[in-house]
Amino acid sequence: MTSEASPGRREIAVVAFAQSDTLRSTAELSEVEMLMPVLHDVLAQTGLKTADIGFTCSGSCDYLAGRAFSFTLALDGVGAWPPISESHVETDGAWALYEAWTKLLSGDADTALVYSYGKSSPGSLRDVLTRQLDPYYVAPLWPDSVALAALQAQALIDAGDTDERELAAIGARSRTTDNPRAQLKGPVPQGDYLVRPLRRGDCPPIGDGAAAVILAAGERARELCERPAWIRGIDHRIEAHSLGVRDLTDSPSARLAAERAGAFERPVDTAELHAPFTSQEVVLRKALGLGDSTRINPSGGALAANPMMAAGLARIGEAAVRIHRGESDRALAHATSGPCLQQNLVAVLEGDPR
Amino acid sequence: MPDVLKAPLVVEFPFTRSLGPVQSAFLTGLRERVVLGVRTRDGRTLVPPVEYDPVTAEEIRDLVHVGATGTVTTWAWNHEPRRGQPLDTPFAWVLVRLDGADTALLHALDAPGPDAVRTGMRVRVRWAEERTGAITDIACFEPYDGDDSEVTFHAGEFADPVHGIVAQARLDYTYSPGRAQTAYINALAERRAVGERCPSCRKVYVPPRGACPTCGVATSEQVEVGPAGTVTTFCIVNIKAKNLDIEVPYVYAHIALDGADLALHGRIGGIPYDQVRMGLRVEPVWTEGGRYPDHYRPTGEPDADYETYKELL
Repeated sequence: MTSEASPGRREIAVVAFAQSDTLRSTAELSEVEMLMPVLHDVLAQTGLKTADIGFTCSGSCDYLAGRAFSFTLALDGVGAWPPISESHVETDGAWALYEAWTKLLSGDADTALVYSYGKSSPGSLRDVLTRQLDPYYVAPLWPDSVALAALQAQALIDAGDTDERELAAIGARSRTTDNPRAQLKGPVPQGDYLVRPLRRGDCPPIGDGAAAVILAAGERARELCERPAWIRGIDHRIEAHSLGVRDLTDSPSARLAAERAGAFERPVDTAELHAPFTSQEVVLRKALGLGDSTRINPSGGALAANPMMAAGLARIGEAAVRIHRGESDRALAHATSGPCLQQNLVAVLEGDPR
Repeated sequence: MPDVLKAPLVVEFPFTRSLGPVQSAFLTGLRERVVLGVRTRDGRTLVPPVEYDPVTAEEIRDLVHVGATGTVTTWAWNHEPRRGQPLDTPFAWVLVRLDGADTALLHALDAPGPDAVRTGMRVRVRWAEERTGAITDIACFEPYDGDDSEVTFHAGEFADPVHGIVAQARLDYTYSPGRAQTAYINALAERRAVGERCPSCRKVYVPPRGACPTCGVATSEQVEVGPAGTVTTFCIVNIKAKNLDIEVPYVYAHIALDGADLALHGRIGGIPYDQVRMGLRVEPVWTEGGRYPDHYRPTGEPDADYETYKELL
């Protein structure tokens, strides 16, 4: 979908965003107990009740919980009785937001509640994520998420695109955030190599968390929010599964998604990038053509808090609240999934002119 | 708040996956110490091979015999190998472009340390002693000083080709049921059943999950329910489950415990299977030392009136 104005296309905006603290362990809470305060928060911001919501869409992953159909239990948090119009994506909630956006575009609903959550603490995340790899040639070797990101980082260093010092600076800048929900705030030691060339400080913290967004169309958005964050375009693209086919120093899928979302039509003042590893910010800055005039990840990004399945949706939410507060007029939000930025989603958000 | 329960949870599954013609040729080739790639129409050679061109999506079948030697295109030093990885001593993850290939294969490189590894270094396959037709037939790569290998066409035909792999997966979790279900499970061990009441609609849920599915709000007020209840509906199980020492046929039922607004499920015992009925009054039976009811048996009371449980079906 491009950002070219098509006749009769509905305007859709993010009107509210809420997220939980991201914590290393939340064993005392079931997933729905972790999620519910976030749902109540985002609904309270708009005054809507669950019964008022036209469409509900969620993102989560069974492999994190180790249970089949784990998302069905979380439905208790949105009052799924009597039956509601509902859908689920087995990935980051940013993709659930994409589905909700198309639902609103179609005119089938005027409001949508999008939420996502993940608890990484019950399992070993590095092992769990190997299960998303090619089962024939790659998964039997159990290459973990940090190892694959490290291969990408070394490729960048070999290409002269970055060095370990710059990577450390990206981690330090990301954690210099006043985001009260972040898991890591302030200076943390760069630490030892986890998988060389990536040190602990280059890697995201492992945490549990949830996020929720409310979308609304047209006048409904203006009723619910003083300065809606209008979604001017969203697109998502995927690259070949096999890492050895790809140029790991580039992200053509992120660039194409951004182009189709209209990101290159005018500069953005803010970018919320879902780059779990410092080296991936280098790739995305280059692919998206982001210069020094763009504030990157004022929220701290995934290096400050990376709740699986919620971190991408949180990037869209963080970009939106900066527009709500008047701190941004045009923002780019990005979400990723898969190893080494295999899948990328880009949304462009704007506030009304002031 | 009392400590929440925790228990190990192991999820293991041996996925049996079938192979297409190109994957079958590649993995059979590894068993025979032959590395095959596939050639695209524009002349590129993909290793590992795929059945469809990643650019054009065209079906591709032309197999090429590439070298067992190649060049490292990027690497990462793994000083703490994890379970399931190719080597249990420190090694480098590498992407290797085999001689004759245009793309790179992911595997492990056995090297003495990170100083012995660099992008552009020459490596060769170290074959596993026992090979079955899997990516792990390549034990790892090792440093190599020699020349490039010859590349030739290959029909990809072998005696006794492999047509499938078994992809073993095991993930270890520490499962916690959270606060509400912990309270429920702990109460069961004391031979009590506790539910939670919704502050909004006042319904009592058992087992409680900490949320009211109708109102979407947190529940926290504990309510003791049961111990007796009413069978609201049931089924007769005729297939014996693996690892379950229960004679078939037996009855599995929904049971509305007295005071609960949601039926839970359990096995009915102490009565012939063909005499179980809707409205039957039952009570839980704990076995010696059991932490939860083994089954429910008739209380001997008259059957409940349909009107009293019709909302709980």
